[in-house]
Amino acid sequence: METRETSKEPLLEVKHVTQAYGRGDRRFVAVKDANISIHEGEFVALLGPSGCGKSTLLRIITGLQQATAGQILYRGERLRGVNPHATIVFQTFALFPWLTVQENVEVALQARGVPAKLRAPRAVELLDTVGLDGFESAYPRELSGGMRQKVGFARALAVEPELLCLDEPFSALDVLSAEALRGELLELWSSGKIPTRAILMVSHNIEEAVFMADRVIVMDKGPGRVTAEMPILLQHPRDRKSYEFLGIVDRIYGLLAGETQPEKVEVGTAPGEPGLTHPLPTIAINDLAGLLERLDEAPGNRADIFRLAGDLGVDSDHLLRVTEAAELLGLVAVAAGDITLTPLGQTFADASILARKEIFATRIRRLPIFRWAIDLLVASEDHQLRWDFFLRILELEFPVDEAERQLDTMVNWGRYAEVLAYDDDTEVVRLEAGLAGAGGAAGAGRNSEGKGAKGEA
Amino acid sequence: MGLRFSERVFAWARSMRERPFSRGDVVVLAGIGTLIYAGIRLAVGAPAVVQGPQISLSPAVLPWYTAYSVRRMFLAYLLSLAFTLLYGYAAAYNRRAAAVLLPLLDVLQSVPILSFLPVVLLSLSAILPERTAVELAAVILIFTSQAWNLTFAWYQSLTTIPVELREASSTFRLNTWLRLNHMELPFAAISLIWNSVMSWAGGWFFLMAAEMFTVGQRDFRLPGLGAYLQQAAVSGDGPALVWGLATLVLVIVGLDQLVWRPLLAWSDRFKVEMTEADDPPTSWFYNALQSSRLVAWLGRRLVHPAYEWFDARVIQRWPPDDKGVSRGEAAGPRPDVESWRQAGGESGPHSAPRHAHRRSAASLAGSVLLVTIVAMAVYGGIQAAAMLTAIPARQWGAILVGVLFTFLRVAAALAIALLWTVPVGVAIGTNRRLAILLQPLVQIAASVPATALFPVLLLALANRRGGLDAAAILLMLMGTQWYLLFNIIAGAASIPQDLKYTSRLLQLGRWQTWRRLILPSLVPYLITGSITAGGGAWNASIVAEHASFAGQVRSTIGIGAVIADATARGDYPLLLASTLSMILAVVLINRFFWRRLYAEAAERYRME
Repeated sequence: METRETSKEPLLEVKHVTQAYGRGDRRFVAVKDANISIHEGEFVALLGPSGCGKSTLLRIITGLQQATAGQILYRGERLRGVNPHATIVFQTFALFPWLTVQENVEVALQARGVPAKLRAPRAVELLDTVGLDGFESAYPRELSGGMRQKVGFARALAVEPELLCLDEPFSALDVLSAEALRGELLELWSSGKIPTRAILMVSHNIEEAVFMADRVIVMDKGPGRVTAEMPILLQHPRDRKSYEFLGIVDRIYGLLAGETQPEKVEVGTAPGEPGLTHPLPTIAINDLAGLLERLDEAPGNRADIFRLAGDLGVDSDHLLRVTEAAELLGLVAVAAGDITLTPLGQTFADASILARKEIFATRIRRLPIFRWAIDLLVASEDHQLRWDFFLRILELEFPVDEAERQLDTMVNWGRYAEVLAYDDDTEVVRLEAGLAGAGGAAGAGRNSEGKGAKGEA
Repeated sequence: MGLRFSERVFAWARSMRERPFSRGDVVVLAGIGTLIYAGIRLAVGAPAVVQGPQISLSPAVLPWYTAYSVRRMFLAYLLSLAFTLLYGYAAAYNRRAAAVLLPLLDVLQSVPILSFLPVVLLSLSAILPERTAVELAAVILIFTSQAWNLTFAWYQSLTTIPVELREASSTFRLNTWLRLNHMELPFAAISLIWNSVMSWAGGWFFLMAAEMFTVGQRDFRLPGLGAYLQQAAVSGDGPALVWGLATLVLVIVGLDQLVWRPLLAWSDRFKVEMTEADDPPTSWFYNALQSSRLVAWLGRRLVHPAYEWFDARVIQRWPPDDKGVSRGEAAGPRPDVESWRQAGGESGPHSAPRHAHRRSAASLAGSVLLVTIVAMAVYGGIQAAAMLTAIPARQWGAILVGVLFTFLRVAAALAIALLWTVPVGVAIGTNRRLAILLQPLVQIAASVPATALFPVLLLALANRRGGLDAAAILLMLMGTQWYLLFNIIAGAASIPQDLKYTSRLLQLGRWQTWRRLILPSLVPYLITGSITAGGGAWNASIVAEHASFAGQVRSTIGIGAVIADATARGDYPLLLASTLSMILAVVLINRFFWRRLYAEAAERYRME
């Protein structure tokens, strides 16, 4: 198979696109000054951790959403409204459950005014192309996930889009269906059976992106922005075991995992202080212990993040979140795509359940968000404060949903560490007994210089 | 049904906890005062004496009377549907309109419909020929008993359509008609049909009252089933009562079997869950229709082509616009898709208006409606307030005492209802064989409007001491116990099997099982049922506390009696005051008691 010819003139240009929500103190930037161009004949993957704004960017590109600033040029012309030359294949398929497979494809044609007589044969032909012949009269709920997504593809292809956008199209599928469907899509694309000029795929699966795309655009969060671009010049079909392939995947893992920064930078500042409050990653504490134990068994207490994801059988996004948590607590250090257990992490991995809790407690009390909460609790009457009180303050720092998630995570970690207690009936957060006098010490040494102003107004 | 309803109440409850009374509410209350006031002003011009047509008690007239009644119900239902579609659209897609439309709808649900009847009737009869006015008044009254829950269901559906479906419909450029036809209506179908069933039940309840009404010297009557039953009661004609009731039950069962069951069986295809249900709703009539060749032929030859033709015309007429397609004007709420930074700013169904650029027709209509309502409310509020100041303190006292007495009666009715519905509901909800046996019986019993049985009750009780009091509580009970029962059945059926096994494995005693498992799981359902039941009971008090029977008027102390009495005497300031008082009482009880309770319960007793 050949990689398609790419042209000089870009099919689509994203120019200085910024997307922000809310205003004033509560302004949050989802995407900051993104610049991307896609040429004819290209298969581009947009890669990044969840929360980096890649889906938002896809919606701006297709015109489903209007950017706060910047513009989208399609064939050199400014895009207004929904792009009629683009369609989307959705992560959750977005099929109408009350329409049959064929009707789902036909609706897209009907909307463009194709008369009934022409619609039916066209729909059947497309379903044939994606390998769904015989299922025309089935309802989506009768199909497996992979087959549903095939309907999604058939529907998207029905309107002969020039730009085919894929929003994590394989992430809701089981491993085998996803693999099969990837191969079939590549086959359709490279054989030229479909009139599509370019494909833009949003993904958080690094391997998938490297396997399929001609170019990978890497995004990062806080705020969402484009951080790197990498052409992938490997010939199709690509061998996932090949040295070059693994090398590229490894490099991207390195880009996404970043490097462990000095502690002050790593942990950010407390809520209410100037500077960026580092959000706690949402993870289960068991996963953290699992990661550390795994590293403890590894030679040199060190592992390649990408290989680790394969060994543990978890997706990269999940692993990166757990890694981030371990990094935040000083239990591991990340450099050049490798993750290494720190001495403290090693102690944690070898410790008993109770000793682990103690280590965990000491570590989280160094995090500004915990210092902040403990100080507040120490200063308050009976060392307890209402849940809503914390939420109000966090809502100044994070969007509403995220504020709640942060508070949940904080209480969850605090409960595990036996630092905080929470009574669900009264919705009161309490300091665990024995900690009442300890808060002041933890409050020492605050930094207020913090890097990067929040909001990026 | 129970579930959807609970979700709905839960959503309110959450919003209520933050701000129990909003500016919107003030506008709404003033607006309602205005409406009543305007009606009263018009009513002054109504003819002084009206003699309605004679209502025959011969069984031979029943088919005609039934046809008239069903026609009235059907017209009101069509009106409700039209109202629902427009109002729901405006509330779901226009933020500013929603700020008024939602609280308005909420209050309208608590409005005692019956006290509107004289106002509507008299103002209509002032400007229209009497017969037309009475017909129209009956239809409007039935409409007010059918529309609100439908509108809520539609609004709720519109705001809960999955974001991806909306985005798909935008990216595939479905125009407004295709969206309505392929996305919004199918998504709402099941909920709309269930609510239609409830609406018709509510409609029958008020039909009985709407077909025969006395305001001072004016005796309004309409030939119909409701008037027949009332006439039979007034003249104490036992056989006619039985004939009338039998016909009513027959009609209700017939509609259920020939219309609602088939519709429910058909609508199973519109469920959103991507799994096959274990036991989908079935209907013998629907199966018969499906296997009929004639029906299939008609569908192929007539319905399908007609549909196709209509679709094609609409798409031709309003083709998707190539330059700037509907910027997903219907893209509405889009909670938390991928980035946590997206959600920002405000919460609630109208957060983050991404597509504020192009105003749709619905949005414009909403704004116009809003301005009109506010302007009217300001003017009318002042006028109505002036009318209220004319009321002597003695009457305010009567109103207050009335509210208290009616409150006690409603509480008694609820307590009695709970006493029997909890055990029976749990039995039906947890025992499949019992459910198969009892469910149809319960449904028929529930569908007989309490107002139709009221005359029978009066026959039995009116001449005893405290008879009217007992009858009033019984009427409230009959009208409201079913809401509770259905909710409890739904709640009991939703107790996870695992928990039931666990409680058996732990060898919990009967009382322990109830205390630890059954009652906690029922709490949200009990509260949901009680809100609806309580509202219904307040409303029924107008019929229940003041009855004319065999030529005499009986009355007891209560706000319903005050309203009914004010109506009969044509004392409009009192009518306005007492109606507003009842609305306020119901709204306050709901907001400050039930919904807070619900918010607590929903959080604690959620099954997740």
